[in-house]
Amino acid sequence: MVELVMPKNSRVQKGRHHPAPDGAKTVKTFKVYRYDPEGTENPRWDTYDVDVDACGPMVLDVLIHIKNTMDPGLAFRRSCREGVCGSCAMNIGGRNTLACTHGWSEVPGKDVQVSPLPSMPVLKDLIPDLTQFYAQYASIEPWLHTETPEPQKEWLQSPEDREKLDGLYECILCACCTTSCPSYWWNADKYLGPATLLQSYRWLIDSRDEATGERLDALEDPFKLYRCHTIMNCAQVCPKGLNPAKAIAEVKKMLVDRVV
Amino acid sequence: MTDAPIKRREPPKSPHLVTGGLGSPLLWRWHITMWTSILHRATGVALYVGALIVAAWAVSLASGPETYAGFKALLGSIPGKVVMFGLTLSIFYHLGNGIRHLVWDTGHGLDVKSANASAVVVFAFAAAATLAIWAIASQTGAL
Repeated sequence: MVELVMPKNSRVQKGRHHPAPDGAKTVKTFKVYRYDPEGTENPRWDTYDVDVDACGPMVLDVLIHIKNTMDPGLAFRRSCREGVCGSCAMNIGGRNTLACTHGWSEVPGKDVQVSPLPSMPVLKDLIPDLTQFYAQYASIEPWLHTETPEPQKEWLQSPEDREKLDGLYECILCACCTTSCPSYWWNADKYLGPATLLQSYRWLIDSRDEATGERLDALEDPFKLYRCHTIMNCAQVCPKGLNPAKAIAEVKKMLVDRVV
Repeated sequence: MTDAPIKRREPPKSPHLVTGGLGSPLLWRWHITMWTSILHRATGVALYVGALIVAAWAVSLASGPETYAGFKALLGSIPGKVVMFGLTLSIFYHLGNGIRHLVWDTGHGLDVKSANASAVVVFAFAAAATLAIWAIASQTGAL
């Protein structure tokens, strides 16, 4: 259901302020969402006056700098630091993106606000619980389904058919798109969300896959696919420049094509 | 000795549109395509009400000259005109954006650049068409 106010336990309160170290020349304020699962308090916004001359250009650089020098308790996920793994997906300046590839100077406004991916259960600070997201991905059986006997060497595909997977296979499952989608915010329990649907299309148009009919059957449901109302937030935020909205439109077309 | 299971409290939900209770700061920085989407729904709801007004107009017409004159006066009043202007805007916005959705259904115009551009086109169309209709109405003395 639409939620115009956060549930009581999720309302973000004013938090602590961490001043800049003495002698800092260029100071930028970062407003970071904090939640301590072992405490009793609501989540809060902590502010950090960061000496940005002392760290790199990306938001992830700043978060690591905060953790190293100002507040070792800050929790966030990160791994590759080059936009390949998708671990550091979070909401920065009101939009979802990867902290490692997003420069803090690109964020409009005075302060840089950082919070977890929206509308997700929060485990700690910037770490959301993505269990449901992964379960939804698993539900579309994201692997090759075949009936014909396995070839001796490999499943072949023409270069043209292979090209159809461009713009789909690059998805790193960072969940930026899914958690940017208002339809997903309000119906996460029934709507599969943009990332899973893009992946779904990736298998639907794979020339080697032989379960197209079954895959389409599984999506023919008022919620799983059709909760997409083309709000386009998914495509607006995808850090890899992919377009789940377009993929979803193609799936809808496939469903129409098989009945007319 | 076994460790007691760690009791975790119900996790909070991370902020999405909003960050707290009523009047709390918003979180999401809106895209233009988000506006076109919510306005499509809002104008759709407005047109439902508009359909009721048209039905009431027909009923008043069937109820004789006096009722009809009363209804006309109601629609011609300042609040009546504001409502009618809003409905004109709603119908043209809903029409324009509806066509945009039809184009999308063919798989075209879904890249971010085109979607942002078509949003501006729909807003401009709704404004221009509404002003044109009201200009015609005023020229023909219908106001």
